[in-house]
Amino acid sequence: MTLEFRNVVKRVGAEVHIHETNVAFASEGFNILLGTTLAGKTSLMQLMAGLERPTSGEIWFNGRDVTGVSVQKRNVSMVHQQFINYPNFSVFDNIASPLRVAREPRAEIKRRVGQVAEMMRLSAMLDRKPNELSGGQQQRTALARALVKDSDLILLDEPLANLDYKLREELRDELPLLFKDRGCTVIYATTEPTEALLLGGHTATMHEGRITQFGPTAEIYRRPAGLRTARVFSDPPINTAGVTKKGTRFIFNNRVGWDAQGARAELPDGNYTLGIRPHHVTLDHTGPDTVELEGTVLVTELSGSESVVHFEIDGQTWISQSHGIHPFKIGAAARFHMDIEKSKLFDRDDKLVAA
Amino acid sequence: MRKFTWLAPTLYILFLMLPIYWLLNMSFKTTNEILNNFTLWPQNFTLDNYIKIFTDPTWYNGYFNSLTYVLINTAISVTVALPAAYAFSRYRFLGDKHMFFWLLTNRMAPPAVFALPFFQLYSAVNLFDTHIAVALAHGLFNIPLAVWILEGFMSGVPKQLDETAYVDGYSFWRFFLRIFLPTIAAGIGVAAFFCFMFSWVELLLAKTLTSVAAKPIAATMTRTASTAGYELGLLAAAGSLTIVPGAFVIYFVRNYIAKGFALGRV
Repeated sequence: MTLEFRNVVKRVGAEVHIHETNVAFASEGFNILLGTTLAGKTSLMQLMAGLERPTSGEIWFNGRDVTGVSVQKRNVSMVHQQFINYPNFSVFDNIASPLRVAREPRAEIKRRVGQVAEMMRLSAMLDRKPNELSGGQQQRTALARALVKDSDLILLDEPLANLDYKLREELRDELPLLFKDRGCTVIYATTEPTEALLLGGHTATMHEGRITQFGPTAEIYRRPAGLRTARVFSDPPINTAGVTKKGTRFIFNNRVGWDAQGARAELPDGNYTLGIRPHHVTLDHTGPDTVELEGTVLVTELSGSESVVHFEIDGQTWISQSHGIHPFKIGAAARFHMDIEKSKLFDRDDKLVAA
Repeated sequence: MRKFTWLAPTLYILFLMLPIYWLLNMSFKTTNEILNNFTLWPQNFTLDNYIKIFTDPTWYNGYFNSLTYVLINTAISVTVALPAAYAFSRYRFLGDKHMFFWLLTNRMAPPAVFALPFFQLYSAVNLFDTHIAVALAHGLFNIPLAVWILEGFMSGVPKQLDETAYVDGYSFWRFFLRIFLPTIAAGIGVAAFFCFMFSWVELLLAKTLTSVAAKPIAATMTRTASTAGYELGLLAAAGSLTIVPGAFVIYFVRNYIAKGFALGRV
């Protein structure tokens, strides 16, 4: 089961919703679309489902051109961020509806709905109407409806975004198990980098209607091909700074400098962009490979186990994320340590040159 | 002070109910009693007025005619407005917002403005003095209203519901009839109610477009005043009966109306 986009472009009026896209999604595990709101995740999914036609280009599924095939004939399932169920149908009829439309025999429908309901822990609520269920149960009903038919392609458009924290974690743990061994392509859209890492599989990072990179999730996280991808795949946002290489040393800000190590020493002299994730800019990590930064504290966010500090160096905002609670005075000077080995270097075209 | 909180609502309700009470009061009196004495309740209680209405065809046909064109109009208005409202709520097309506003402007002119052209037109196509003529004429103000109300309810249903149904394999019409219409049943109820009400109370077009065969009850009432002198008791009885269908319909849709007000469209 492979889903492939060939030169796909989607325009609505004068606006380009999806820029030319070429990508072949993985047939196993999750394919995650990662991007902020309005990055084009939903537009891309509507093209995959066949709810919208591409302005140009082709969509291939399993070696077949499905560009002009209507959604009803595509054998896809979709779950939305909002809890979408048919309000006038009972939970049983909701789950059974794709099978009814496909004219499955009555006994078969009963058997399969019972099975899926059992799996989604909805067996006790089959006679209720969706609006008599809790949010989590409503979304389970929607998921059950997506699972009950043997779809070739399952589209999950931020299915956990509207659930509260506990339910989200619970369902997120269950999801990979539900789709295991089904032999279908699963596409999962999310705005949260953490969610992408937890679900694994492959990730396509999206920004303003473009897929900036596609590959195995861990690989993309470790080696983002460009600054865009690195920005999308970092929460809190990645810190960036212009640095200059001169001989064997990198210089930032005319004051702070460090020795280039390993492959980085081979890079030609010139200007680069340094990218470093907030959890590599910490308060406590001191050592030979760390570089000390001094800044003015702007904002601090203290959660139970970690401190996120926004600080300023020469008008530019940095973010540091450290374990433990560290109280700060706003406006005071503070020292942070940058784990320079974990940083990434991008050239002037924002392409990765060292990770 | 606390003790008298019941006073204001009681006075208000008394004030509202007084004309209705007086109408009922008169309908059980003889015309003589109405003209000669001022009485708070009927001295010679009589059902003659009602008996006359239910036995004389010129009277009960008035109700029959009115109900016929009102029901036809309600059916036409809602049926035609459903697809229109769906288009306005789901699709963006050239001039959609202008068209939506233009629909509403049809309600801004008094229907009487159209009495003369309608009279001419319907006479020309031999529809004069038929129920369907009045039903169609009332569509002038009822269809825009129904579109306006239904669009509000439809826009409250997320577009993802449509998408989910298509993904599940539903064709457009199957989705529209089996899933979408039941979902907005409250809206259809509210729209039908307003169409019913406005068509029921409209007099001028209904009177202009009919003479005998489709004469509405309100027209019958205005004419009877002059035949055998004053028949005030009879008129009062006819008036009381005219209130009944409206009250009846309101009773059934009262919960939906509240919902309609909550949606801000009614």
